[in-house]
Amino acid sequence: MNIKLKELPERNEIITAGHRMCAGCGAPIAANEILLSAPQDTRFVVSSSTGCMQVSTCLYPFVSWKASFIHSAFENGPATLSGIETAYNALRARGKVRDNFHFVNFAGDGGTYDIGLQALSGALERGHRMLMVCYNNEAYMNTGTQCSGATPYGSWSSTSPYGECSFGKERNRKDLTAIVAAHNIPYVAQASIHNYRDTVMKAQKAFAVNGPSFINIIAPCPRGWRFPGEKTVEMARLSFETCIWPLYEVVEGKWKLTAKPKVKKPIEDYIKLQGRFQHLFKPEFEDRLALIQSEVDEQWSKLLLRCGETE
Amino acid sequence: MPTIEATTGNDAIAEAMRQVNPDVVPVYPITPQTAIVEAFSSMVSNGLVDTHLINTESEHSAMSAAIGATAAGARVMTATASQGLAFMWEMLHIASSLRLPVVMCNVNRTLSAPINIHCDYSDSMGARDSGWIQLYSENAQEAYDNMIQAVRIAENTEVLLPVMVLMDGFIISHSIERVQFLDDSKVKEFVGSYNPSEFLLNSENPIAYGAFDSLHGYYFEFKRAQQQAMLNAYQVIEDVGNDFAAISDRSYSLFEEYKMEDADVALVAMGSAAGTMKETVDSFRSRGVKLGLLKIRVFRPFPVKELVRALSKVKTVGVFDRSHTFAGELGGQTYVELCSAFYNYQDRPLLKNYIYGLGGRDLNLDLLEKAVNGLMNESESSVNNCNVSYLGLRDKEAIT
Repeated sequence: MNIKLKELPERNEIITAGHRMCAGCGAPIAANEILLSAPQDTRFVVSSSTGCMQVSTCLYPFVSWKASFIHSAFENGPATLSGIETAYNALRARGKVRDNFHFVNFAGDGGTYDIGLQALSGALERGHRMLMVCYNNEAYMNTGTQCSGATPYGSWSSTSPYGECSFGKERNRKDLTAIVAAHNIPYVAQASIHNYRDTVMKAQKAFAVNGPSFINIIAPCPRGWRFPGEKTVEMARLSFETCIWPLYEVVEGKWKLTAKPKVKKPIEDYIKLQGRFQHLFKPEFEDRLALIQSEVDEQWSKLLLRCGETE
Repeated sequence: MPTIEATTGNDAIAEAMRQVNPDVVPVYPITPQTAIVEAFSSMVSNGLVDTHLINTESEHSAMSAAIGATAAGARVMTATASQGLAFMWEMLHIASSLRLPVVMCNVNRTLSAPINIHCDYSDSMGARDSGWIQLYSENAQEAYDNMIQAVRIAENTEVLLPVMVLMDGFIISHSIERVQFLDDSKVKEFVGSYNPSEFLLNSENPIAYGAFDSLHGYYFEFKRAQQQAMLNAYQVIEDVGNDFAAISDRSYSLFEEYKMEDADVALVAMGSAAGTMKETVDSFRSRGVKLGLLKIRVFRPFPVKELVRALSKVKTVGVFDRSHTFAGELGGQTYVELCSAFYNYQDRPLLKNYIYGLGGRDLNLDLLEKAVNGLMNESESSVNNCNVSYLGLRDKEAIT
């Protein structure tokens, strides 16, 4: 089951070089880690909800996917793919399709947490055999960093800017991974691009289940988060080490931490490197920094309890 | 042997779907369409078809799933109405632009607000420019026949556009009428099997659907190609209608002419109102008035040349619209489009517009009698600024 890091580049890549994602983007790393983990004889239909990854990988007349690919709209990737998966079952039953296919949808956090939540929930409930990936960059990056349901508390975004009367986003993000887990599907995981071993293990499990699976993978965005493009993986690692983005899986209702930082770093170590949080270091927002730390601590404690772990 | 049964419009549509036996049917309930997806679900549950059903969580997802399934290579049918069609609006355009031959029955019901479950054409008229072919039905028989022909029209490689079969909510969908069903084998042979040349599940030749067309792309050319498909559809619809006549003894064209040969005054309408109007035509004919009816079956593509040819010798035409454009003085959609069609022709009748039946308001023989009497006077004095009248509105002053 284990794939060594040096084996990954030798595998057949599904998303090729030459796509138009920004330098330093976390999303194609996520896509590669996940798709390279599939069994080697896998044929894919990849679907993508409107967003960075979609517009950057299928600029007509070019396409970066070595697979069949479809984009139909923003809020309906899982619904579109559920039609494809059903067609696959129907056509196989009628002997018109013989090969084995896997079905993967890539959507950003806007297309997953917000506008796509209904289609995602419906598809999960129906039990289609497909993997839904949220490459989570915590805002609407394709349109230029607008606030989403995944945008963290206190973060600047172009629609939650700080100013005379605001310190940035004034609400906590929603816990989408837990919402998905509440659908009681076979496999749910939260992942990060910095830990390929963990992501590969999760993707392998996701591809192995006979039903819906979901991976919410943090994919830092240098442009939107305001950090240098070479720091993407470091930023993802810090999200894990500060416990603002824990790595866990939910298998048949059982929650399990898949990695645990040796030392839980203060949240400041993470947010001080990102322009989107810089305003919080002004003296007048000192209390907000403390609030962010206490919220991280609270969520982390809850998760530990769910996973049967201690600090 | 064809069987004759007493059935509702909804059951007739479900029966057409059973006989077509599509690969995939996404379903979502909405009045007055619900009985179609209920009946079809029952057929699936009882093994009368081997279709794979998808219980979607909304009409938006139903059309999205229909798009995915069709792109994957499946033959797909579904049904909706009213708010459901409105909710699908975004995806209707994507289905037609990706050139996916989805077949859908829309049971015509008005749009909110106020919420009202009865028939008018605001829903399908709201989708008239979505790139779907639209076939309207006068009764349950036509709805059944249209649903079967729609498969062949949509999948024709010169067309490859989705087709919407329209049927009046409650008036047809819930009324029991005499319907002649074709033999299963006849329908099966007529629709054939769906074998697209390119599809997502073709492992020999993976393809991309819905790529991003940036500023220097080919969007304009795609749209022109889509329009060409709509132009090609005129002949394909005629051809499929002829083929259908060969197995059913019921012929279908772009529109039906009823006692139009020598008509001085003509009514133009769609859907179930045409049935009532045939009574009116007969009644006036018995009194020596040369009244005729032209029932439009195909609203998209709009049969411009053919309608002009059929109506150019008529003195006065009353165009009946069961929907409104709310465009100020312009009137209803059929009226506006017919006026456009005639603009470049010398021989054209006086065109008057009647808005009727909104929210299910009944259109009866008395109202039609008044309307035709009005039209006959128009023939003598064509100078009248008010070309749009409301038929059956509570305010009597409105009928002018």
